[in-house]
Amino acid sequence: MSSFSITEPSNRTKWFAGTLVIAYALITMMPLVWIGLTGFKSPADAISYPPKYIIGSDSEAGFQPTLEGYVNLFTTRTRQTEEFLANNPPENWADEIVRQYDMVIVGPSKFGERFLNSVIIGFGSTFLSVFLGTLAAYAFSRFKIPLADDLLFFILSTRMMPPIAVAIPIFLMYRNLGLSDTHLGMILLYTAVNISLAVWLLKGFIDEIPREYEEAALIDGYTRFQAFYKVVLPQAATGIASTAIFCLIFAWNEYAFAVLLTTANAQTAPPFIPTIIGIGGLDWPAIAAGVTIFVLPVMIFTILLRKHLLRGITFGAVRK
Amino acid sequence: MAEVVLKNVSKSFGKTVAVNDVSMTIENGAFVVLLGPTGAGKTTTLRLISGLEKLDAGSVHIGGRDVGLETPAQRDVAMVFQQYSLYPHLTVRDNLAFPLRSPVLKTPEDEIARRVEQIAETLQIPYKLNNKATELSGGEMQRVSIGRALVRDPSIYLMDEPLSSLDAKLRADLRVELKRIHAELGSTLLYVTHDQIEAMTMATHVGVLEEGRLVQYGTPKEIYEDPTSVYVASRLGSPRINILPSSIFPGDHKGPQIGLRPESIRHGSGVEAKVLRSEHLGDQTRLHLEVSGHAITTLIDPHDDYSANSIINISPQNPLYFNASGARVV
Repeated sequence: MSSFSITEPSNRTKWFAGTLVIAYALITMMPLVWIGLTGFKSPADAISYPPKYIIGSDSEAGFQPTLEGYVNLFTTRTRQTEEFLANNPPENWADEIVRQYDMVIVGPSKFGERFLNSVIIGFGSTFLSVFLGTLAAYAFSRFKIPLADDLLFFILSTRMMPPIAVAIPIFLMYRNLGLSDTHLGMILLYTAVNISLAVWLLKGFIDEIPREYEEAALIDGYTRFQAFYKVVLPQAATGIASTAIFCLIFAWNEYAFAVLLTTANAQTAPPFIPTIIGIGGLDWPAIAAGVTIFVLPVMIFTILLRKHLLRGITFGAVRK
Repeated sequence: MAEVVLKNVSKSFGKTVAVNDVSMTIENGAFVVLLGPTGAGKTTTLRLISGLEKLDAGSVHIGGRDVGLETPAQRDVAMVFQQYSLYPHLTVRDNLAFPLRSPVLKTPEDEIARRVEQIAETLQIPYKLNNKATELSGGEMQRVSIGRALVRDPSIYLMDEPLSSLDAKLRADLRVELKRIHAELGSTLLYVTHDQIEAMTMATHVGVLEEGRLVQYGTPKEIYEDPTSVYVASRLGSPRINILPSSIFPGDHKGPQIGLRPESIRHGSGVEAKVLRSEHLGDQTRLHLEVSGHAITTLIDPHDDYSANSIINISPQNPLYFNASGARVV
């Protein structure tokens, strides 16, 4: 008997597909891994050539891991005289690390604040985009709206130019409205950009939910809003989750508006990280450490919603 | 339970007239079956009564009250959809309890539990109560869907081909069950079907729809024996009524078209008919005949056998006559 099957791929096919996927994963993960490694290097190791990439090895390609980058990321330091250093022994392990450059830690850096701004603005605008997007998508999907197609096109047209094209009008507008460099201003701006994506994605998802469910709920004694809340929303969870991920990734990574519109108060992490200066130029390990920490929330959020995201991507292609 | 009255009800979708000036009184406790081919307006009629569609003209009265401006929830109707629309994120128990938990009914939880158990028993699905709705077979889903209507005690039950997706045995069981529920509770039911057995066995009244118009309304017996047109006569009866030119049979005729039910054809004398083929169905045998180029279907005793191309003689018995445009001539 042969084990030939037309539905099950052969072992050779599986092996080939597996190799391809792993190879692709390695290539795409390369920059992330490199950033992760650089965060634990000393400034000298970070820019050495040939590059060093083996942790803890004494060989030519090895480097000794250090938390210097992370300490520099979170602290501000000043150079001190030898006399001062001799009289004040290091207070903790972080202080000890900076002593090798004749420095002492004088306080926290702005990174924590900037990171918190990113969290507030990123998640705030994601929530608002998805919330408004769901309501709008439901209306477009279910009600007869005059000029619905034109409106949908108009909503999408906000995405048809690069953000930088409208940066100056928005800059002037925000200055007059007092929204420059505020959390609210950035949340509104990212929501405005994301809402088109949210409405279009979610409309697709809600279109796929048969109307019969709501009609049944209406007859079962519920109002339109209760039917939406109790019947449509749970079934749209997949779509809402994947939309939320896309919105968060955009808002989290956005650089152009952030660099133009935020400075002291509401500055997010993306414009802040590249400005971290060390001795004699950019402090690459500290920048890499900042990027590593910056990438984590989106990564965790995506992993948490991964199941929904996968179903979201194939949604509509496969009819149940 | 309540009387439901439709007065000159009309509804169009774009240029398509779905329901055209329908007036009908569904008496309190009646079991009314709507018959008609796809597109005749049966489902739209149900949706107009339930409030899922807005009336273009006319009015709907439930229990004497004009419900034109009421929402579906306010109308106090229960509906079974053709596609079982179970809430996929809920269990069978929660699906059945859903209407009872609505803000309109707000049933106490112990009462809900009792009603749900009882309905599950009736529909033979008590062991499925804790399953997710998506884990059921098509037949089970449809039973839950019927159950979700039956847990309530509404003014009227609206059912849109509820048994069409079930297998023959379950369909027969549920037919008996629905009839029993109707008899016991004295509920008012409006029921859409294509199935003649359902129409004949369950209905107290049958309404026949043709292109949105109600063409005849009466008891199943009246519709079967006394149809007002060729169209109505063709809705009931399996095999279908034979509609033939009267002239192929000798003698005087009241109209140019003659309608012969398969069982109202006398064998043994009359015009010669050539046997095309016979179909043995077990309880009956259908004989397909040809007379002067016209196909005729008749029933014969299951034990008789006629080979193809043999000749038998047939004559009309209790014929129905129709004029050239299909209207009944009495």
